[in-house]
Amino acid sequence: MNLPVIEASGLIKRYRDLTAVNSIHFSVPKGELFGFLGPNGAGKTTTMKMVQCVSPRTDGTLRVFGMDPDTSGREIRKRIGVVPQETNLDPDLSVFDNLSMYARFFDISSQDADFRAQELLEFFELETKRDTIIEKLSGGMKRRLLLARALINRPELLILDEPTIGLDPQARHHIWEKLIKLRADGHTIVLTTHYLDEAARLCDRLVIMDVGSILVEGSPDFLVSHYIGMDIVETENTPEVALFLEKAGIPYEKGGEMIQVRTTDPGKIADALRDTFQSIRVIIRPGSLEDVFLLLTGRRIRD
Amino acid sequence: MKTHMHLRACLNGVFRVWLRNALVFRKNIRVNLIPPFIEPLLYLGAIGFGIGTYITDIDGLPYVRFIAPAILAASVMNASFFECAYGTYVRMYYQKTFDAILATPVTLKEVILGEIVWGATRGLISALSISIILFLFGLASPGGLLIAIPLSFIAGILFASIAACFSALSPSIDTISYPATLFIAPMFLFSGTFFPLHLLPQVVQYLALAFLPLTHVVSLTRALLTGTTDTMWALNMTWIAIGITVFSYLAIRLFERRLIV
Repeated sequence: MNLPVIEASGLIKRYRDLTAVNSIHFSVPKGELFGFLGPNGAGKTTTMKMVQCVSPRTDGTLRVFGMDPDTSGREIRKRIGVVPQETNLDPDLSVFDNLSMYARFFDISSQDADFRAQELLEFFELETKRDTIIEKLSGGMKRRLLLARALINRPELLILDEPTIGLDPQARHHIWEKLIKLRADGHTIVLTTHYLDEAARLCDRLVIMDVGSILVEGSPDFLVSHYIGMDIVETENTPEVALFLEKAGIPYEKGGEMIQVRTTDPGKIADALRDTFQSIRVIIRPGSLEDVFLLLTGRRIRD
Repeated sequence: MKTHMHLRACLNGVFRVWLRNALVFRKNIRVNLIPPFIEPLLYLGAIGFGIGTYITDIDGLPYVRFIAPAILAASVMNASFFECAYGTYVRMYYQKTFDAILATPVTLKEVILGEIVWGATRGLISALSISIILFLFGLASPGGLLIAIPLSFIAGILFASIAACFSALSPSIDTISYPATLFIAPMFLFSGTFFPLHLLPQVVQYLALAFLPLTHVVSLTRALLTGTTDTMWALNMTWIAIGITVFSYLAIRLFERRLIV
């Protein structure tokens, strides 16, 4: 009876000479906050677009609320809210009109639309900006308004593509707080993000994608303990340090100007390094989702 | 029953898109309403009353009465065409308004039809303001004006759907100036607007009738406003009807090809 909100299997999206999503499987149960992580070009946004029923899939099965996006797009979209990566608020309209106008696309009566718009302005602390024109808003306020707009139809599923991109820490925390509140209210939330701290903090479960495939799936804690499992010693990347570690038989990884050693006994390695090299910089820290991410997707720059 | 529900949802979607554009238009009403009043006054003044004093009657009509219907028809063309060429492009490409609407139950087909009906509404607004001027100057028969106004809306749908096709095909906003200068500008001059079509060589007349939709709109509007009997009305109406069907269908397909990927 407990139908998953989204269920995908063997989902494929192919463009003329590019496979953007290459046979992925995932399932999002009701009430979960589910994350898609991955470098640029991983296929996160393409996957979101298929779930939103704006981009038809090439192959595989996809069900949203048990319905097929190919045939029931209108019914599905009625029940979802979308926060796009790029701001697409109506620049000619005020904050309030952006909300009430958007409600009309969902066939909500104008009275009801005004009521809901007011309610959402309060929830997102935007009442004082009610009559402000969009271009006068800060980046953080625009994001909050986009999130408010996505909730105007009281959606069961909320899809957020990079919800906090380009925001300052205060604005990010504000958005996180609202998302946690929305999950507590029973919303199912799916988000994509580049920010690993955001994913670690918010997501019940997540997948890491790269070049169209899902590499791993699990809760942030599970992924860190399973793939990193230990502490990390970071030190300077010099030929002498590398040679020293090789001689001592300690496996390490080079990352930019840093050398990283994954170990269960960080104290011993740190001491050995400090004894051998005077005034060397050594940091001991627990493994994080970022380490999992870099371990799985590599350090190559993506455009 | 199911098709009935589907049709209702469709019409509803088209109406919502229209409503969104109308709301934005209303926000800038003063800026938006001035051009449709000023432009025809300029043409009437400079060409009708100015140049017109050197011109003898055309087909038994004073020159200013001859061009009054053409000014009405050309304004409808301009208002509808530019709304759905530039306005639609800006909403699609720069403001991402289409993306925002497509995340709601409204479909792309409804967005495009809503844009076209809105473009025609801009034409209608122009037609209304010019009709007031023509009526005040006594340049058109009031009864004819009453029929010319709804006709303008239909003509607006035609020009808006042609514009929507160009908008869908245009790789950038700059390339929309091609149809504007290579299609709209010649059409403005060679559609029996400022001189009768029969002054042109026979071949050119046929070309105008075949490829310049304004010819048909001017011909019908002139017949209505001057009270002359026009022998081409069946051809005019047929062209407009077929044009609307073909170009609105094409506009939807071209936008689907561009945006649904």
